[in-house]
Amino acid sequence: MNQRSPKISDGKAFDIGVYIISAIILVLVLYPLIFVVSASFSDPAKVMSGEMWLFPVDFTLDAYVEIFKNDAIWNGYRNTIIYTTLGTAVNILLTTLAAYPLSRKDLPGRNILMFLITFTMFFHGGMIPTFLVVQGLGMVDTIWAMIIPNAIATYNLIVMRTYFQTSIPWELQEAAMIDGCSNTKMLLKIILPLSKPIIAVMVLFYAVGHWNAFFNALIYLRNDELYPLQLILREILLVSSMGGTEDAGSQFGMDDKLLLGESIKYALIIVASIPVLIMYPFVQKHFVKGVMIGSIKG
Amino acid sequence: MSNSAPEYQEVTTKVAYKPVSKRKRALKRITMRLDLYLMLLLPISWYLIFQYGPMYGLQIAFKDFHPAFGFLGSEWVGFENFERFFSSYYFGRLLWNTLSISLYSLLIAFPIPIFLALLINEIQSTKMKKWIQNVTYMPHFISVVVIVGMLSLFLNPTGGFVNVLLNTLGLESIAFLEKPEWFKAIFIGSNIWQNMGWQSIIYIAALAGIDPQLYEAAKIDGASRLQRVIHVSLPGIFPVIIILLILDVGHFMNVGFEKILLMQNSLNMESSDVIQTFIYRNGILNGDFSYSTAIGLFNSVINFVLLILINRYARKKAETSLW
Repeated sequence: MNQRSPKISDGKAFDIGVYIISAIILVLVLYPLIFVVSASFSDPAKVMSGEMWLFPVDFTLDAYVEIFKNDAIWNGYRNTIIYTTLGTAVNILLTTLAAYPLSRKDLPGRNILMFLITFTMFFHGGMIPTFLVVQGLGMVDTIWAMIIPNAIATYNLIVMRTYFQTSIPWELQEAAMIDGCSNTKMLLKIILPLSKPIIAVMVLFYAVGHWNAFFNALIYLRNDELYPLQLILREILLVSSMGGTEDAGSQFGMDDKLLLGESIKYALIIVASIPVLIMYPFVQKHFVKGVMIGSIKG
Repeated sequence: MSNSAPEYQEVTTKVAYKPVSKRKRALKRITMRLDLYLMLLLPISWYLIFQYGPMYGLQIAFKDFHPAFGFLGSEWVGFENFERFFSSYYFGRLLWNTLSISLYSLLIAFPIPIFLALLINEIQSTKMKKWIQNVTYMPHFISVVVIVGMLSLFLNPTGGFVNVLLNTLGLESIAFLEKPEWFKAIFIGSNIWQNMGWQSIIYIAALAGIDPQLYEAAKIDGASRLQRVIHVSLPGIFPVIIILLILDVGHFMNVGFEKILLMQNSLNMESSDVIQTFIYRNGILNGDFSYSTAIGLFNSVINFVLLILINRYARKKAETSLW
């Protein structure tokens, strides 16, 4: 406590410690990612034997070629793109329609509505009753089961409402009202043009959610023509590996190519994650902003 | 957490001596904003159907549900479903797995993002800071299916790189995903790998909000950098830690079961079967709706009670709470 060690040496040792731990974390996070990328481009025999441990060895595109020949994967890709675009559009529409009125402090009854909405974050009916409701509405095995049951994420709604409340001056809205602007016009002409950053964040949050989701598809879809990419992935990466590796090869109709089956898995991981990973560097800032807005009121 | 903002008070509400005109004006306040209510029509209907509908459906936990009769028409059976669950041979196993996975996550995975945020906050070079942030956030965007796929590839007893490494060190291969004793460590470890960066964002933001003067003062008092981290940074983000802890406890019993479901196989069942995965198997796959709903209700009620308890405790002890 009271021993005043020289500032410089104290800071230096501390800095070295910080950098060593940072470097370890960096390696631990990056290594598995790099490994997957390299393995997908390498001769599977070299991957299995451990010869390939960082960079591709005996570069090959065989695994990717096999994937492009597989109809189920293409079909899943197409379905996922449809669910993601349509689902995100519905998400944004409904979330905005809820967030704007609830951000208005002059709306009678808003506290009750807000309570009803926030309550669902902490208590909900659970898997089975939700399933029965969706089934009762005849949505099972239709595209709607992928879109409507998740139309609003309450957390996102609260983030958006917080943004409307804190980033758009109330005086501006009052002035517009005095000038005779209707509420609908206000939303379209004043609020939305000023809310591009938060809408971008919401699009990203929802779109990534749709892209990566598998559970709703698992419980609501029976027809494999409707399967999204993640369910196809699950079948190839996980279900098949449980009965032994040979099934992974037979998925592609080539039992003799066990090894290729393995590298197909690596390549599939890349193909499935590429849209998200490509846009990641560009949108990363927006994501972070979204988390921050959310944490203001947390 | 819903409404701490000061409510917009209109002058009219204070005019108490004219009750009739007060009501009229209140009505006018509503009709003037009719289009706002119209906007809410769709979202509120969604909440009623897809959130409150299932809550209404929870009654089948106390019934013998038949799809033909619907939620209302099925016959009441009281607590029969709950009794069946509590006396079943798997009750203890399900409860233990759920609780232990949650507890280990809370003890091990919860503090790591805090540590990471403190670490990032101490990095002097902006470039290094950016790097480690961007890299650690990235795994958050990978889907659960892919994460579990990667686990099964890496941990594969023949040719997975972890086992290749073990072999070069002269050790035997281990079929990690088939061993119950490894399940929880792999589950929690991969969760940490995927989420520590993302979860650290809120703490980093909170750290940026600490008054620099506090650090200066501590420095003048002769505090070393480690002491400043412990006595300035950590207390500075304490309220945020509490809030996130409360939120985590509110989902205590849910334990990220989608991932568990993917990692589950007949060999690791002993330590991977949790309440939610059981509900999925028994309810969705076997169609035992009432019984599974009862188990789900048991799960939700525990979550809710835990949330209320910890919120109350935090309000008393740490003066921070959700509501």
